[in-house]
Amino acid sequence: MDQKTYSQLEQKMSPKVPLAGNLIRAFLTGGLICAIGQGIMYFYMYFFDFTEKTAGNPTVATLIFIVMLLTGFGKYKKIAQFGGAGSAVPVTGFGNAMISSAIEHRTEGYVLGVGGNMFKLAGSVIVFGVFAAFVVALIKTILVKFGVVGW
Amino acid sequence: MVARGVLSFSGRPSIRSAAVAAGPLEKKKSRFAHLFDQFYDSELCGEETNEKAHSRMIEDACGLVLEKAEAMPADADFLLCGDLVNQMTPSNFAAANLHLPYIGLFSACATSVSSLIAAALLTEAGASRLTLAGSSSQHNAIERQFRYPIEYGFQKGPTAQWTVTAAGFAAVTPNEPGYPEIRHATVGRSVDYGLTDPLNMGAAMAPAAFDTLNRHLSGTGNTPDDYDAIITGDLGSVGSSLFRNMAKDEGIEVKRSKWRDAGEEFYGDDPSFFAGASGAGCSAAVYFSDVFKRLMDGEYRRVLLIATGALLSPLSFQQGDTIPCTAHSVELVMGEGGES
Repeated sequence: MDQKTYSQLEQKMSPKVPLAGNLIRAFLTGGLICAIGQGIMYFYMYFFDFTEKTAGNPTVATLIFIVMLLTGFGKYKKIAQFGGAGSAVPVTGFGNAMISSAIEHRTEGYVLGVGGNMFKLAGSVIVFGVFAAFVVALIKTILVKFGVVGW
Repeated sequence: MVARGVLSFSGRPSIRSAAVAAGPLEKKKSRFAHLFDQFYDSELCGEETNEKAHSRMIEDACGLVLEKAEAMPADADFLLCGDLVNQMTPSNFAAANLHLPYIGLFSACATSVSSLIAAALLTEAGASRLTLAGSSSQHNAIERQFRYPIEYGFQKGPTAQWTVTAAGFAAVTPNEPGYPEIRHATVGRSVDYGLTDPLNMGAAMAPAAFDTLNRHLSGTGNTPDDYDAIITGDLGSVGSSLFRNMAKDEGIEVKRSKWRDAGEEFYGDDPSFFAGASGAGCSAAVYFSDVFKRLMDGEYRRVLLIATGALLSPLSFQQGDTIPCTAHSVELVMGEGGES
């Protein structure tokens, strides 16, 4: 059997990723995480002295703290197997990438192990996140300069 | 040598004993658990790191094999084994503690059989009275080596396989009546069919398994009917059906009950392990427990073991390379008579 025939056979016989089911599960998981985030945000706004603009930071910190516990107790990977992108895209996915790397590399010490590897997976989120923010800010600055939009 | 890469052992080295040490998940979930010799309460096997645990498992399995062969470590002449961690440090550390002449072998998950072949050759050459051969894998250490941190959440697809925590070893000695004999072996070629998905290793390895099966049959002149079972290493459910299809396509008809795959059977039909088990310890754990026992009990008289291995590294697949694979085979016979 040559390579081409084999690759056709492989395509035919390998089980397909259940796309529709995965999309629905991702929607539900991602939606639930965001709803919880919204709840935490209201909590900070009603019980503490935060506004809608300033409540974002403590909300993110709280979510990451919850994820830290879930990751440490081995629960987040189970949520991710169910939720897929729904659990990877929100800030909880970022937290999980960071914390799981830190746990994994603990055996190599705090400096070269935890410190050096913590952002191994999450690092690209930061790099491209910062770069994208820079590009968007640049575009907006130009548009404001030419009077197309206002700040 | 009977054909290129196909070996025939006229001295018929025996597998005197075999033993398997396995992790806690395997104790709970593997359908071969009742045949394993030792378990650990945690994946860490009482050690500080996963890699040390990996090493401990190898040492313990070697100790058990020697015990079963009624031998002391000083009675063994060689240790031939391998694992999947970089530079095979778990095997190296275990070898250091066992104080045996040692060659580390890397054939990825096919090391269970490549070590048996090398052990049989040493025995055949008259250089060894007892050689320990085997391979092992430890789930956490191997996942970290090839994939993501253990606690990192990502969705595995239906073709993914689960690396087992197990070490399987065998003691190869010059012919001893009443124990399974190594009659033939085929050294696998590295076969690359251009597949690139590291989460569908079964499909990548199936052509290598078929290549070795084909060469073994034509080299030895045997037909599939001569075997009580043809048992592949860790093709999993996806790779196994591809392998069987390839064989059928090329005119090799085998009864379904004779086709077995260690990876497909290891955790039963549990869907949480996706397409089945994998890892260097997977084939070793099944060959050196279930298959060895069935040979000893007389249920099998002649079996063909084809262990498969994917020869990739995290670097090679990130650089977009394909996954070359290999498969080594060994033919075991529970001997009584003269025919080869």
